[in-house]
Amino acid sequence: MIEVKNLTKKFGDFVAVDNISFKVKKGEIFGLLGPNGAGKSTIIRMLSTLARPTSGTATVGNYDITKNDGEVRSLIGLVSEKMILYDLLTAKENLWFFGKLFNLSKEVLLRRIDELLDLVQLSEWKNSQVGTFSTGMRQRMNVIRALLNMPEVLFLDEPTLGLDPQSSVEIREFIRKLNRENKTTILLTTHMMVEADMICDRIAIIDCGKIVALDTSSNLKKSISGVDTTMLKIGIKNLTQDLIKSMRTLKCVESVTQENSTYIKVHAHGEEAFDAIIDSIRTKKGKINSIENLQPTLEDVFLHITGHEVRDKADQKIPLERHRGFMPKNRVR
Amino acid sequence: MSARNLFSHSFRIAWKDLMELFRNRMELFLLILMPIFMMGMVGFIYPSEASLSNVPVALLNEDMGFLGADFVLLFEEINNNTGMVAITEAQNFDEVREMIQRGDVQGGIILPSNFTSSLVGGKQGTIIVVADQSNPQISAALQGVLKGVFEEMGTMMAQQRLIEEFQVDPAVSLAMVKPFNVQFEDIVSGDFSYFDFVAPGIMAMTVMMSVMTGLPAAISKEKEVGTLDGMMVAPINRLSIILGKTFAQTARGLLQGAVILVLSVTLFGVTIQGNILLVFALLVLGVFSFVGLGVVITSFAKDQSTAVMMMTTLIFPMMFLSGVFFPVEQMPWYMQSISKFLPLTYLASALRKVMVLGAGIPMISFELAVLIGFGTILTAIAVPVFKRAMTR
Repeated sequence: MIEVKNLTKKFGDFVAVDNISFKVKKGEIFGLLGPNGAGKSTIIRMLSTLARPTSGTATVGNYDITKNDGEVRSLIGLVSEKMILYDLLTAKENLWFFGKLFNLSKEVLLRRIDELLDLVQLSEWKNSQVGTFSTGMRQRMNVIRALLNMPEVLFLDEPTLGLDPQSSVEIREFIRKLNRENKTTILLTTHMMVEADMICDRIAIIDCGKIVALDTSSNLKKSISGVDTTMLKIGIKNLTQDLIKSMRTLKCVESVTQENSTYIKVHAHGEEAFDAIIDSIRTKKGKINSIENLQPTLEDVFLHITGHEVRDKADQKIPLERHRGFMPKNRVR
Repeated sequence: MSARNLFSHSFRIAWKDLMELFRNRMELFLLILMPIFMMGMVGFIYPSEASLSNVPVALLNEDMGFLGADFVLLFEEINNNTGMVAITEAQNFDEVREMIQRGDVQGGIILPSNFTSSLVGGKQGTIIVVADQSNPQISAALQGVLKGVFEEMGTMMAQQRLIEEFQVDPAVSLAMVKPFNVQFEDIVSGDFSYFDFVAPGIMAMTVMMSVMTGLPAAISKEKEVGTLDGMMVAPINRLSIILGKTFAQTARGLLQGAVILVLSVTLFGVTIQGNILLVFALLVLGVFSFVGLGVVITSFAKDQSTAVMMMTTLIFPMMFLSGVFFPVEQMPWYMQSISKFLPLTYLASALRKVMVLGAGIPMISFELAVLIGFGTILTAIAVPVFKRAMTR
């Protein structure tokens, strides 16, 4: 359904998306997972024809995103990170306005507005101005707005950003339902590992504009666990930096992260790993409170692959579009 | 994409924008208040040259003869009837100068010591008028009015002498002294003031400002908030986004124009000689002629505040160089040639011809042609620039 080939986007000298290729199958929920500033949003903007690739190409439903952008636009729906709603218009007026841009007839549009509002339990707020809505309500509106044209492909850019846990769950369930019932192909971005793990069929982990891993969630986890790998969460009463340091020098230990004043997380491999770790704690006279054998999470996958933790790197990396943008000289066709 | 779709989408977008405007009570209120302020300001601040009231002047009579005293008496009597100046007596020229420097008076009338002797000796009597050079508008008005009054007094004196000394028939005496009678007539009837001159210009300017600041602000606001993306991912011609925004801003501008029109007629006594529909048609054409510029600026501005700044920078010279407040003919030649490149010049001129002189389409065909020309060229530049800028 979506085919991306060597897609690259540069803002001046900064490479936001670096020679990316992947395919999304019809009816799949595909996740782009990575920290802020990794280039996820830029990929979505290019695929939804809002930004022009510097080089490379992509097709959505067999239409080229630069040559047949009109056809692409009639196939897709976009839920952007910013809410695409007019605060001074009512829920119905907002949906009516955007629906009319898709040339929907009056009858079809009126029916669909009612159905969609019903679907997200906003029917009773139909004639209230969107500006008076809570963030969760607005986000639900924002999602159904993108569904007015029954898109075959839905792009979701951080759909649960800034929502409380309950609203997040509702939105995620809604996305899954949409995929199940309408067979909508969904491409979503998130920086939340849990979210990607919960709803995505396949996940592409993105870091610094590159895809560093692409597989199903369970395969990604298997790739770092397996017989050879041990992940332990150890509680030590008298935890010292000296102890952590000595543990890091062990050959079998890959990484040690301190969670708080008593817990550490150890990622190791090799058959002798367990013994070696316990021995090193004993020699430093550490008192072990608890040992837990951990199943790897996507977070560990990310850590393992990229060698650094998921964190917000926006302050140093993301090129603010508004600050460059719009000057034609920056663009290369 | 068909033309029908293009227009129906444009009207959707315009409808949406106007809906937002009417829901935003404060903005709507300010929108109507702005032209009221503008009219009030221009209407009451600018002096009209023909009338002076109670301008303080110093009077210095250095002449000891009887004619000087007569002159002062006559002048004071005329002034009592017209109330054009407020007279303060001065003792010598230095005092007159000090009073002007202090700002107590704005001019002085001086009868030199040889006033009577010159007149008796068959020579012209000199009257000196000094003016406050720091205030050119008042001094020009003062000079003009006083010259007229003194000449009239001179005529009366000459007539009197002809009748008394040469026994001329009083009925023909005026023609002997002043053989020419200059009459001013208008091609359309009515009382005309500076206001009739500025009202069409202010209308043109308000509509222009409304569209020129409104359009970039409206588009870059949606760009910042993110709602523009919603329109951009819809399968519509991107041209309909500018078109729709332009329709909405034009409607906004015309609303302000209408407020000005109503105010000028009801409060400031402006009479509209021409066809009022033609006036509005001209305003719409005016919008078309400079909307392209607004679109280009929108494409280049990175955010709302930059867009508004860029617009304001462009609007100011346009305001003063296009003959809205001051006639273009009063400007030096290089300024006049700049004004020839501003669409507002032609819009203001055409509006003035229609509103004040009752001109029809044939009389403003040149202005119409220029406005259409400006509009076509600017739009031809703006559309591709906008389309490129929207997809980075």
